[in-house]
Amino acid sequence: MPAVSKGDGMRGLAVFISDIRNCKSKEAEIKRINKELANIRSKFKGDKALDGYSKKKYVCKLLFIFLLGHDIDFGHMEAVNLLSSNKYTEKQIGYLFISVLVNSNSELIRLINNAIKNDLSSRNPTFMCLALHCIANVGSREMAEAFAGEIPRILVAGDTMDSVKQSAALCLLRLYKASPDLVLMGEWTSRVVHLLNDQHMIVSSASTDLQDYTYYFVPAPWLSCKLLRLLQCYPPPEDGAVKGRLVECLETILNKAQEPPKSKKVQHSNAKNAILFEAISLIIHYDSEPNLLVRACNQLGQFLQHRETNLRYLALESMCTLASSEFSHEAVKTHIETVINALKTERDVSVRQRAADLLYAMCDRSNAKQIVAEMLSYLETADYSIREEMVLKVAILAEKYAVDYSWYVDTILNLIRIAGDYVSEEVWYRVIQIVINRDDVQGYAAKTVFEALQAPACHENMVKVGGYILGEFGNLIAGDPRSSPLVQFNLLHSKFHLCSVPTRALLLSAYIKFINLFPETKATIQEVLRSDSQIRNSDVELQQRAVEYLKLSSIASTDVLATVLEEMPPFPERESSILAKLKKKKGPGAVSVELEDGKERGELNGGADRGGEAAIAASNSTPSPSSDLLGLRSAAPVGGPAPSAGSLLVDVFSEAGSAPPSAASEDPAPPLFVCKNNGVLFENQLLQIGIKSEYRQNLGRMYLFYGNKTSVQFVSFTTTVSCPGELQSHILKCIPSLTHTKPVEPLVEGGAQVQQVINIECLTDFVDAPLLNIKFRYGGALQNITLKLPVTINKFFQPTEMAAADFFQRWKQLSQPQQEAQKIFKASHGMDTEVLKAKLLGLGTALLENVDPNPENYVCAGVIQTKIQQVGCLLRLEPNAQAQVAPPPPPTHTHTHTHLCAHALDSHTASVCPSLCGSHCITHCTHLHVITRYCIYVKDPHRVGSSKSH
Amino acid sequence: MQLKQIRFILIQNRAGKTRLAKWYMQFDDDEKQKLIEEVHAVVTVRDAKHTNFVEFRNFKIIYRRYAGLYFCICVDVTDNNLAYLEGIHNFVEVLNEYFHNVCELDLVFNFYKVYTVVDEMFLAGEIRETSQTKVLKQLLMLQSLE
Repeated sequence: MPAVSKGDGMRGLAVFISDIRNCKSKEAEIKRINKELANIRSKFKGDKALDGYSKKKYVCKLLFIFLLGHDIDFGHMEAVNLLSSNKYTEKQIGYLFISVLVNSNSELIRLINNAIKNDLSSRNPTFMCLALHCIANVGSREMAEAFAGEIPRILVAGDTMDSVKQSAALCLLRLYKASPDLVLMGEWTSRVVHLLNDQHMIVSSASTDLQDYTYYFVPAPWLSCKLLRLLQCYPPPEDGAVKGRLVECLETILNKAQEPPKSKKVQHSNAKNAILFEAISLIIHYDSEPNLLVRACNQLGQFLQHRETNLRYLALESMCTLASSEFSHEAVKTHIETVINALKTERDVSVRQRAADLLYAMCDRSNAKQIVAEMLSYLETADYSIREEMVLKVAILAEKYAVDYSWYVDTILNLIRIAGDYVSEEVWYRVIQIVINRDDVQGYAAKTVFEALQAPACHENMVKVGGYILGEFGNLIAGDPRSSPLVQFNLLHSKFHLCSVPTRALLLSAYIKFINLFPETKATIQEVLRSDSQIRNSDVELQQRAVEYLKLSSIASTDVLATVLEEMPPFPERESSILAKLKKKKGPGAVSVELEDGKERGELNGGADRGGEAAIAASNSTPSPSSDLLGLRSAAPVGGPAPSAGSLLVDVFSEAGSAPPSAASEDPAPPLFVCKNNGVLFENQLLQIGIKSEYRQNLGRMYLFYGNKTSVQFVSFTTTVSCPGELQSHILKCIPSLTHTKPVEPLVEGGAQVQQVINIECLTDFVDAPLLNIKFRYGGALQNITLKLPVTINKFFQPTEMAAADFFQRWKQLSQPQQEAQKIFKASHGMDTEVLKAKLLGLGTALLENVDPNPENYVCAGVIQTKIQQVGCLLRLEPNAQAQVAPPPPPTHTHTHTHLCAHALDSHTASVCPSLCGSHCITHCTHLHVITRYCIYVKDPHRVGSSKSH
Repeated sequence: MQLKQIRFILIQNRAGKTRLAKWYMQFDDDEKQKLIEEVHAVVTVRDAKHTNFVEFRNFKIIYRRYAGLYFCICVDVTDNNLAYLEGIHNFVEVLNEYFHNVCELDLVFNFYKVYTVVDEMFLAGEIRETSQTKVLKQLLMLQSLE
């Protein structure tokens, strides 16, 4: 093997480098460099023509000086001259200089491009590679313009050497990423794809000389990873046979990973596990093979206690995405103790961070209390760097999974106690909002903050929450002499002097509220307000409050006082500020991870999340959060009009067909979103649109993430959302109304991602999804994309739990023909219990276990929430594995909802089931029979006064 | 699926001196200098019990330390950590063969050759060639050219 000696071939360079290294100070170094620069300049300017060797040596010295961090403003011409040398070493230095110090001097670019052109056509593989590497390293638009046409030719030419093809392929990739508009791949694509079959291509093949590509006993690990990654660019194959082979491959990889190691070296296990992790990424990407997902989870579970920190870290990270799959969520949950242990004992903070992320991802109703408790106890010793994020996560989980709100209040107060400094405004505002909006927790909250304030030293945030809550609800605990009005006041006031101005201002407001709540405290409080330290406070805000409150309490009548100081109305909910904050903290890079987090659906804001109008309505009447969610108990049943919307039904689920032609070909089967709220809505070479949505009652919020996949900015980027229903005759009734859409910035930088929020309100039932139109200019060309937003009526389903007796009683009550819809459809390729269950849950209904006497059947219940009505739906799915193909009986009376349910299930099952064909074989003659019975309740009879009653 | 690729490759010593910087994305000179300093700051504080991965802005750094040198590859957060970790090792083994027990000084005095080695193995932000045999054969051939 070649042993390269110092400064091989260029003695002067080695001497110069030695000199620089021997310099004792920065000044000495600069002096030496200036001397050298002067020398080189004089050589370049001298009369004597320099030979190639000298030119090479001096250019190389200049490069070295540049790499030390000094500016170089000459020598470019000499470097360009080297390009046309016919000696490799000279050419190489020339190209290196150009690659490192490229500037867009147009005169030079022309010369450089000329030289490159010559080398590309030289048929000398070494020179061709040098030229290609230079293009790949510079990757400028000018180069793309000059060579985008030439490189594909080299790539597919029969006589090009393999190593040159490798370089040409990657060079093309670079140009394509930088300037996709210039690299017109259309005509080349098929020929390039053909190269995949060429056994010498892509890293020169695994078949002919596998030995060369075996790395520590692992055959071609990088190639394997690349191929697995490439597959992640595609949806699961439709073809059963292909799918079967793929599943087999993935199983083989999982098996191989379990085999005893062929070497003890870490390189061996790393290479093997690189493939394993990539395979698991693909399994998660498909998200359709329950067996593989659960197996992946189990194998990762073994890594959780591995002695290699890297593996523990990666297992935690990978499990995070498994936790968001409905198939493996439960399997991930079984590792909860190990993960908690990791959170407590890992030395590397980044590993603890992953453990915390995983706990967050695996959290659901069943384990929320345990996880929140563990996170809270971890917070006591957590690293400062991750405390704020932990606080946000705890706050979100506590709210999301709060069953009883006293637990929520306890949790947030604990947060403030343990990590008060890291509790941001968003968090403590939120607890106040929720307490205000939920009357069932107000007394408890008052009692708890009162107790928390007893602590000799409590965090200022606690004082804020305490002041606010006692000011509003102190009366609820005033009956107990231990927390009488005066005791409450004295307790608050004992903290006053230790607090900052904003907190004091808040406390002053609490005091005036006390005067209203408890007239007996009036004298004491007025005295406090009247004291010099208040009424003459140097802070204007405090002084003004003291003066005004004092005056108000002195002159206003009890009635006026009661009106002015009335209890706060419920808060309208506009945005989940905590979640927004968490996202912001995690940065745009994390959003794609969030996107895959399928578990966020619909529950983000707990019971207190009520969008605009709903909240206002609630403030006018008695706030009755979620008590009437079922609707089945309240309101008189009134039959909704049965719109003859039959012709529209199909549209929702034949999206690709009805979408504008421009988008149709790229439309990634939105039916997938019927049972899912998050994922990638659209992707082409330029743009990726991720979607994340949450629904609660008749309100929804959709986050759209527009990712610029190129390195060039998009200009004039605009998006518009429209509801096709508006154009139709039943104007007011057929649409989810988009109450609020924030515009996006018109500039989207290369590689950047912008977010848009769309608020949705379901007014009444509808069939046509809103349309999203995106326009932008990319490299001069106008791009125009129209997509259907995945908003379907089932998004507004509220799951309803009920016992068997209850279910069948209701089922029988809903026996009139117009209250029932049936549909028999073929499960396109087969079905699987777990898949079906997951789909039914994804539909938004509650899946009722042990209700139907026939264990084969599935029954579900839910209420569709629209603004004007609630539609209670009972759904029964009867799989029939033996049935012959029978045309579905045309339902005489149908209703949009029921059809949607059936359609949703149908189309979704249809789109998912191909995946099962290979592995589970109940298959081809399987039929599903869906019966939905429903009952419509009108919330506000005035709005649909004409509805017939059943 | 996001675009995934190497964003840059850095070789730095413990004192923070850069021995190689290869950029696969457009950065201006100030930005490059900032990146170099930040990478040094996050990587050198970690010990052997830590992972070889560290979150870095919206990316991640996969790094491995060899004697006094840190070899760092910056990739997208969803990219394959272990593949790049072994990519580094594969590269170091090639350098070791090529320079016959490579040491930091080899990289200093032969900086222009290190670029050639990198380009043989990584190009356009992708892994180009992973066979040590092939890379060394090619380097040997180039070495014999004038």
